[in-house]
Amino acid sequence: MNSLPADRRRRKYFLSNVYFLFLAVPVIIFLVFVAYMVFYLFRNGINVISWEFITRPPERGMTAGGILPCIVGTLYVTLVSLIFSIPIGVFAAIYLAEYAPNNLLTRMIRSAVRSLAGIPSIVYGLFGVALFVRGVHLGLSVLASGLTLGLMNLPWIIATAEEALSSIPGSFREGALAVGATKWEAIRHNVLPFAFPGILTGILLALARTMGETAPILFTGVTYFTRELPRSPLQKFMALPYHLFALATQHDQLMKARPIAFGTAAVLLILVLMFDGVAFLLRMRIATANKWQV
Amino acid sequence: MKRRRIADRGVRVLFSVNAVLAAAVLLGILIFLLAYGIRAFIPAGAVDPEDPSTQPLTLGGFLFGASWNPDAYGQPEYGIVPLLLGSLITTVLALLIAIPMGIAGAVFIAERLRGGVRVAVKMAVELFAGFPSVVIGFFGLLVLGPALARVFNVPSGLNVLNASVLLALMSLPTIISVSDDALRVVPHSYREAAYALGASPWTTAIRVILPAARSGILAAVMLGFGRAVGETMAVLMVAGNAPIIPRSLFDPVRTITTTIAIELGESAFNSIHFFALFALGFILFLIALFTNLIAEALIRREKRSFTL
Repeated sequence: MNSLPADRRRRKYFLSNVYFLFLAVPVIIFLVFVAYMVFYLFRNGINVISWEFITRPPERGMTAGGILPCIVGTLYVTLVSLIFSIPIGVFAAIYLAEYAPNNLLTRMIRSAVRSLAGIPSIVYGLFGVALFVRGVHLGLSVLASGLTLGLMNLPWIIATAEEALSSIPGSFREGALAVGATKWEAIRHNVLPFAFPGILTGILLALARTMGETAPILFTGVTYFTRELPRSPLQKFMALPYHLFALATQHDQLMKARPIAFGTAAVLLILVLMFDGVAFLLRMRIATANKWQV
Repeated sequence: MKRRRIADRGVRVLFSVNAVLAAAVLLGILIFLLAYGIRAFIPAGAVDPEDPSTQPLTLGGFLFGASWNPDAYGQPEYGIVPLLLGSLITTVLALLIAIPMGIAGAVFIAERLRGGVRVAVKMAVELFAGFPSVVIGFFGLLVLGPALARVFNVPSGLNVLNASVLLALMSLPTIISVSDDALRVVPHSYREAAYALGASPWTTAIRVILPAARSGILAAVMLGFGRAVGETMAVLMVAGNAPIIPRSLFDPVRTITTTIAIELGESAFNSIHFFALFALGFILFLIALFTNLIAEALIRREKRSFTL
């Protein structure tokens, strides 16, 4: 069988396991670093968070009061971005997964969408300035920022939705087609309901990442301070990530603003982790519920 | 019957239009950046010979100029070299940390972790990929900066090293996830063949699985590069941002992304400065696009090599 004597074979496998332990080191370093970051931010931020902190506007030059306008602004602009990107993204994904023939045009569309996902967020910011703020005269506004963010998260939504649709077996479609359904009826009744949780997962992940983005809104509508909550989508707004950036680096009394900065970081992180967490739970449920995936 | 057929056609058109629209965004970005950027070289407005700030740039001066100083009194300078070098230095240093860590980590995760532990580790990696970059920058500013200043006994921890460490951290999830995928699509037959020849699990992983996945791992490195070179906010918060060519790890550095973020707000609309920042954006766009296309070609090549 094996030409090596038993003790040398044992030694070989023992060494093999030892070598693998070395590979665990970078993973452990990474996890410790991330864990410490989360611990540090929450330790310093959690005491700042109170009912007043999340329901009151800033006071005394951002050294007291709360961050309500930032929370509202972030949720508002994220919502606008998704209203724009969900229909376009899901429709595009249905086309790519269900209809697209395997030809040059399809390959170009896929390649373009994948490339979009790799374009730096600051470049989306420039594009937003050129197209939305100046081109169609939306000015610095929730709408301009929301559309810019929507363009940015569009490729993420397409990618996850297409994956969700492609994971539904062909037999689901064939079953409907065999009893006389049109292609759209087959997709609508036998594919979309089953792909829905996967599509929703992608939307939640996009939502979480969009909330934390700063560069695309920097020049398209976010502002350091406004007295009122945005009433119309054509107003400027405050946002959590920009608030954190401004308090951490731009404020004239950095130390006085620090507790608010920690609180803002903690609130932002909680929101992001919350949506990411729901997305993960959903994905795990899909993995266990979809028995057809062997 | 007829109505059903029309509905079927209608939705098909609707979906295809949206797909084309989504892809057209890439073209739109390209066109807008080009149209705005080019006006730094060919101004649409009047050029006042007395006012140096209205003088159009030369392409040579932009691409090869060794100084970026738009606010200089008298003669503003728009040389991209220090910014490009700033981006490349921080990114390359970040990858020097992230590539070995990422590949080693991916081999460990792909070869050694199973079940719940694997899910937990992958989840942590993916959660961190979604961390807002301002939050990571905030941590770099308050924790990593002072720590680096103390350890290396330098006056400020806001420098090349800090930016590179944060960028390494931020590109790690990309490198780990994509490498892990690449390692896991290597067919079982490779592993079985190696075991049949008496190779240990370690030898199999390093000499058989890893080389077989090299295209995909190279793609992971390219995507990690793209992530790092395009990062703005975290670098902005920890890099010190002086537009000079850094001489050591402890010098401040200014990248292409941070220059756009710092200066777009203070440049006047339609000024040469404003359009020059779009030209910077165009360069960044090209770097990101080519990085992505190479990564995509590599991933395609790996998939093809296993489907013979």
